[in-house]
This record gives sequence, structure tokens and C-alpha cells, in this order.
Amino acid sequence: MSETETPTPAPIRGLGHSVRRKEDDRFIRGKGTYVDDVKLPGMLHMALLRSPLAHARITNLDPSGALATPGVVAVITGRDLDAHGLAWMPTLSADTQAVLALDKVLFQGQEVAAVVAEDPYVAADALELIDVDYDPLPPVVDPQRALDPDAPLLREDKPEQTSNHIFHWERGDKQATDRAFAQADRVVSVDTFYPRCHPSPLETCGCVADVNPATGKATIWMTSQAPHAHRTLFALVAGLPEQNIRIISPDLGGGFGNKVPIYPGYVVATVASLLLGRPVKWVEDRTGNLISTGFARDYHMNGEMALDADGRILGLRSRVIADHGAFNAAAQPSKFPAGLFHIFTGSYDVPAAWCEVDGVYTNKAPGGIAYRCSFRVTEASFLIERLVQKAATELGVDPADFRRNNFIKPEQFPYHSPVGWVYDSGDYGRALDLALEKLGYQELRREQAERRARGELMGIGIASFTEVVGAGHGAEYDIAGLRMFDSAELRVHPTGKAILKLGVKSQGQGHETTFAQIVAGELGIQPEDIAVVEGDTDNTPYGLGTYASRSTPVGGAATAMVARKLRDKATKIAAHLLEVAEEDVEYAEGRFSVRGAPDRAKTIQDVAFAAYTNLPEGMEAGLEGVTYYDPPNMTYPFGTYCVVVDVDRGTGQWKVRKMVAVDDCGVRINPMIVEGQIHGGLTEGYGIAAMELITFDEQGNCIGQNFTDYLLPTSWETPRFETYETVTPSPHHPIGAKGVGESATVGSPAAYVNAVLDALEPLGITNIDMPLTSDKVWAAIQDQEREAAS
Amino acid sequence: MKVTVTVNDSEHSAEVEPRLLLVHFLRETLSLTGTHIGCDTSHCGACTVLVDGVPVKSCTYLAVQADGRSIETVEGLLDGGQLSPIQAAFKQEHGLQCGFCTPGMMLAAKALLATNPDPSDEEIRWALSGNICRCTGYMNIVRAVQAAAKAAAESQPQEVPA
Repeated sequence: MSETETPTPAPIRGLGHSVRRKEDDRFIRGKGTYVDDVKLPGMLHMALLRSPLAHARITNLDPSGALATPGVVAVITGRDLDAHGLAWMPTLSADTQAVLALDKVLFQGQEVAAVVAEDPYVAADALELIDVDYDPLPPVVDPQRALDPDAPLLREDKPEQTSNHIFHWERGDKQATDRAFAQADRVVSVDTFYPRCHPSPLETCGCVADVNPATGKATIWMTSQAPHAHRTLFALVAGLPEQNIRIISPDLGGGFGNKVPIYPGYVVATVASLLLGRPVKWVEDRTGNLISTGFARDYHMNGEMALDADGRILGLRSRVIADHGAFNAAAQPSKFPAGLFHIFTGSYDVPAAWCEVDGVYTNKAPGGIAYRCSFRVTEASFLIERLVQKAATELGVDPADFRRNNFIKPEQFPYHSPVGWVYDSGDYGRALDLALEKLGYQELRREQAERRARGELMGIGIASFTEVVGAGHGAEYDIAGLRMFDSAELRVHPTGKAILKLGVKSQGQGHETTFAQIVAGELGIQPEDIAVVEGDTDNTPYGLGTYASRSTPVGGAATAMVARKLRDKATKIAAHLLEVAEEDVEYAEGRFSVRGAPDRAKTIQDVAFAAYTNLPEGMEAGLEGVTYYDPPNMTYPFGTYCVVVDVDRGTGQWKVRKMVAVDDCGVRINPMIVEGQIHGGLTEGYGIAAMELITFDEQGNCIGQNFTDYLLPTSWETPRFETYETVTPSPHHPIGAKGVGESATVGSPAAYVNAVLDALEPLGITNIDMPLTSDKVWAAIQDQEREAAS
Repeated sequence: MKVTVTVNDSEHSAEVEPRLLLVHFLRETLSLTGTHIGCDTSHCGACTVLVDGVPVKSCTYLAVQADGRSIETVEGLLDGGQLSPIQAAFKQEHGLQCGFCTPGMMLAAKALLATNPDPSDEEIRWALSGNICRCTGYMNIVRAVQAAAKAAAESQPQEVPA
């Protein structure tokens, strides 16, 4: 031991530490900067006029009343945009979408004109003074009806479009699957509609566009989950040189997929700024957000499961009608028009599977996006977990036993699924067993039997989900052709502090803390000494952004890899400082020491300083680097969620008595943040199962235009959650992590629905489509009781 | 119309349109952008401020209604330059993610604790049920309010029964 007392260095708070979030300091003081907080000198305000009708021809548009209003600077119409070739824009699914309608409107809420004024109140007033004459056309609301040969053709703007059918897509081996069904002892079927819902981040979408008339530089503060991709798309759409576009996505008030697409408002505000030479702010109101921006789901699903006599799954097949609304604005990798729906075999070892999806145009808002979901994984997970529950019920076996009997076994990983996935790692039985133990499953089943004998309705629902998250790799997954890699740039300053710049973009997930912890784990610099920068395309490396739970699998991997790159250089510098060979230096916890002589050491801070002051001969100065990471595979987080409900027979109301969630997302970087993500997802899953619904009347009027009609769970209704974990690292991720942000939204709806349907099973009720509002549950009970009485 | 209001202990006077909403008065006239707008219809509570100590949704409350009253916004929560117990607890208990609902949520919590210094889980959930959070699932918000209540109780001189 050395004789002088050296203070013990604080442990490096890298992986596994619940570091309190760095971003919170500004948020709890009200000092965040969201788009609506951006104010520029001379800034104008824009408001959008929206169509009141779902399907109509525009026969006349007269803006003169609005233009005559004091304070109004401009009215922009589709004709004005058309003069600049900007009336249409490409969607993320290679369709075209009207920026402002020209001759025809295709959904209620479609953007028709914009008013730009000195004051937002004046802009809103002037919308009322734009005179539009509409000639109503028959609205097409039902996607089945849309496919009828005599259905009105919606997309007359597309010469190649002769029907309302958008795409047909299949995956799997149809013949092998049909053979499995031919050999089946029993076939179980579920028909269910996963209804249209909306992510509804608490902050709506908006932008401040500032095109500098002298330099032509367009700086656009924008609610964007993918700022780099949006910059490129802006360049392609507007023909602006890309170096003259800077997208800044500042603090975002949630996203959940809603802020992935490019919306007409962004484009019109940018055009307005370009034409008027002044900054233009557009922030949509809640109704605009709900009726026009990216909705989710709207999948009419049929699923069938072939079973042998022992209750083993032989095959799965599914047919889906996907309602994409008026424009196919789905945010999906281009090879996958139905997203990753083909993960529909879930956690089960299924020998043969086949699915087909048909996309359809209707007179509804365009989409869809993945509401806290990795491209349609939610729909797939819901379908398989409903099928599993129904199979167990029909077979008269315990649904937990049925799952255990059919799970992919731990020794089968990496598991090649019949539709082409390669599951990286999993231990499904362990997660299920832990959930059942924490729930007190056997005791609850006994209680349920007693209650059923008394005519009471109590249910236990299980969902053992598997997700597929973290796209790419880039050869397979892209957004509008841009490969889905992601990036990290790390610079260590002379004083040993650092700045990390990322291509992903937090919307509340805590990246400033989590990603600093990854660097801390690799380089030994404390998280508070690392600034994390995202969302400014002039100042961060190119990346595809944050959605589909891809930040940790891809951006997190890039961060670990760039830190390792710097550590390699740091090791060389340390060897130089320690006057030993590089091979004799070993690294641990921010210290580079001589092998066998741990007291002879240099800290990362010593090395960083030397990188700028005392380099080995011939070495380039500095300690910085950039990594673009293209993952070799997706990550496959999984878990089991269990819900216990009591259903009131007289009112149809149901209440969650207990919910246990076991998640396995591999290695957890910040356990506190991971748990917070799961809480949030379980709540959004509950909202979808219980109350969230965007629906339409027969005229195509959207019901769900504000929070009176579109119900979100408050603290009062939201269940209490118990969360637990198992850890099965991803074998291909540099730190063994998987994505987790969406697991709970993906997995939990089926658990809630299975619980309610389990409660209703004695009445013979086998399906109620979400949301399971009390009136629907009550009506189902009434129907069954009436039937039983007659 | 002229309004004079006290915001976070400072008096402000301004000529405003009678229809100007309080939230716009705070955000635009006074540049206090910590108060957010989430829904325009009083449902989400992102715009919650305290008017004479009572939580009010400032997106459906006119600036002129606040004339002569005292308003507290998130910017006024600091206590002698330090984080107040509620702010500290929201960070410590991970009671926020995107931060958009947080100012309104903290002010609703402050109003609750002013009248009920030791609320139960149910009482907290009821008191905050006018404030929607899309990120946290409320679990950690409830924990934060409980922690803030505990911290406030510990910093108060204990009353000794006579």
C-alpha cells in the first residue's frame, strides 16, 4: 500500500445506476424550450383552415375577406403552392399527399388554406372569412366498402389508381401453412378490430420556420422525432440545397410516433417564411392534432391457429384489412408496407405461418404511424395473445400452461421463425413464471372459481409478448430510402469532460442521462461531466431518429462503439505517458494502469489532457471520433404481463385489481428510467384497451376531435403497477441492451382484454373489440343474458 | 383593458384585449413560457397555474379575470433560489419524462399539499386527475407528491401537544 492517503474515487455511474436525470433541472424550473417557446423578432403566426367535410369537391375558394382583415399578411391556398410545384408532397410510404387541397378534399380536417398574420388571434379570426364552396361527394368510411367495385374512387389524382386498394403484402409459406391447417386437430379463430387510436403527445405538432432572405438559410424549429431524415426530405421536396436547411428539434413534449411524419403545416409555414421573408410560427391546436396527424392501428384482423391433439400450435395464418385513410402516409420501412406485422407468431414455436395484409384508402385522416410501437408490432402481439387465450379456453387448459407448452425454448435461440425473423435471445418461461409467482396466480385462480360459483365476474389476463425493435440493419430497413443506421460523435475535452452528439432524438426518454451513462461505462467519465446534444442537424451526426424503440439498440450501440474507439487511442496515449508498451496497459473504471502494477496509472482526465498537450510522436492530436452503427440484427425484448380485473355485472365497468409486469430488455442502463418507460407504456396500453378511440360517423365526421371525446387515462383511472425484471442480454448489442420504450404499450392491451374476457367467459362472451368501454361490456353481458333467458 | 396582476410576487400591468387568455398573457406578454398549452379545452391541465392559491386552467380563463389577483407559475416555485420540496421530489422520484405536463402537475400538487399536508395515494390521484401525463403512468408522480409531503413535514417544526 502507498503511504500517502489518496481519496477513493467515486464509483463511475455507468450501466445499472439509477442516475437522476440531467434534463430534469430545466423542466422542473419551467425552463425547457419547446417549439412554441421559440420567439423570433418579426415572427408571424400561421393558422390552417381545415375541411369540414370528409369528401367533397372544392368549387370555389375566395380569400378576399381574410386578406382584408387588418393584421393579415397573407393567405396561402393550394393554387398558390401549385404555382411553386409544392401542392403535393411525398409521404414516408411513397404516396403523395396534398399539402393544401386543390380541387377535392378527402378527409374531415384536411388542410385547405393557411392564414399568416401578425397575431395568432387575428390569424384564427381570419380563417372564418375565407369563403370555400364545397360540393359534397359520398364519403367512404368502411374499408370493406372501399374495396367494392362500385365504391367511389377516392384518389383521382393518381392516374394509375383504379380502385381504393393500396397494396397487397404477404409473408410466410402459404402452402406449408395450409398443410398444417389440413392436419390440425382443431382450428381456433379470432376476428378482431384493433381500432384507430392516436398517440396524442401532450405537446401538439408545430414549427417555427425562419428562411433568411439574405442567405437563403432555412432554420426550422420543428417537433421532429427524426430531424436529419426530415432535413433530407425537405431538401428533396422543396428543392432547397441541403446545407441551407437546419432542422432544430428542441425539447419535445412527447412523441409516441406522432412526430415522425412530415405534416402539411411544416411545409406551408416554411413556404410562407420563404415568400414573406419573415419567421413564421405554426402550432396546431389539439383538434388539428387529433383529426389530421398520424393516427395508429385501424387494423381489421382475422387470425387462425391450427392445433394438434396435444394442444401444440402447428400453424398460424392471418388476414388483415388495413385502413390507411386518404393518403398512405404510414411511417414504415419501405420494404414493409404492413410494418413488422409478421412478428405475429409472437413468443411461440410455430412450424408454419403465413399472413397477408391489404391496405385501403378511405375518407379518413392519413396514416398510420406506430403509436409507441415498432411498426405494427402492437397489432401482431395483440392478435397472437388473443388467439392463445382463445385456444386455451377452447381446449379447457390453463392459459399459462398453454403458453409454456408452446414457447420457444431457451436452447432454441437464436431462433429462426417461419416468417424469417432471427430472434436474438429469450427465456420466456422464466418471465412467465416470475409474473405468475408475483401475481399469486394459483391462489387467484382458486378465488376466481369461488367467485364464479357465486355468479361474480373476475378475470385474470396474461400476455407473454415478444417485440422486434431497433431497426436496421440498414440493408433491410430504411425510411424513404435512408438506411436505418444511427450515429454518435464523442469529443473528450482537454479537461476530461466530454460532449456526445447523437442522431437520435429524445422526446422524454431521458437520453441526456442514459447515453452519458453508456460513455461513463466505457470511458470512466462521470455522466454529469458529459453533455449530450441531439436534435440540431447542423451540430449532430446524421441519424434516422427516435421511434420504434431504436435509440438504445442503434444510437446506444453507436455510443458504446465510439467510446471504445476513443478508449483505444487513450490506451496508446496512456502507454506513452506511463512509458510502457500499449499491450501492458489495462483499463478499468476510468483508469489506465500498468498490468501487474496497478498503482502506476493514469486517469482518463490525464490522458485527455495529454491528447492535446503531450502526444506520442506521430499521433494525431485530439480525442474524438464518430461512429455510424448498422446493427447486425434487431433486438427482441419480451416479457409477461398479468392483469386481474373485477367486472361489475350491472354496469359493465371493470377495474384492475392488480397488474404485474415482468420485462426483459436485456441489460438495463438506467433502471429508474427503464421502469418509468414501462409505467408509461402500461398506461398507454390501458388507455387503448379501455377508452382511446378515434371513430367516424357514416358521413366521415371524426368522433374524437378533442379530449372530451378522445379519452386519455388520468391518475384516477390508471391502475397501479408492479414491475419486475429478468435479464437476458442481447448477444449482438455491444452492451447487451435491447429497446424497451414500447414493450408495455405493445404487450399490455392483450393482457387487459384477456382479463376482461376471462371474467366474461362463464357468460359465453368470446370477443369484444377495444376499447372495452363499460357500455360495450354491459351490452355484451345483456345480450348473453337475454339469449340465455330465451 | 388594463389588467394589473401579481405574478410570482412581482406586479405587472398591461393593456390587453378582453378576450386574451391568461395563458397567453403569461406566455406572450410576460414571456413566462413554463406554462404550457396542451388541449385548449381544460382537459389536460398543462396550463395549470395557481390564482390566489387555487389551481386554474389558464387556457380557459381570461387575463382580465385575473385583474387584482395573485398568480403563481412554475417559474415562482423556487424557494430562495433553491428547489422547492415539490420540484426536488419530482426529480428524485422520476416524476417527469418529457416535462410538458410537469409545471401544471407540480402546481396542482402544491395546491393539494397546502390544504392536505399528508394525502393518501387516492387523495393525490383524485387531486391530480385534472392533469394528464402521457409519459409516466402517474406512479412516480404520486410517489413524488408523497415524498414532497414528507420532506415538507420534516422541515416543519413539530407541534408538541399541550
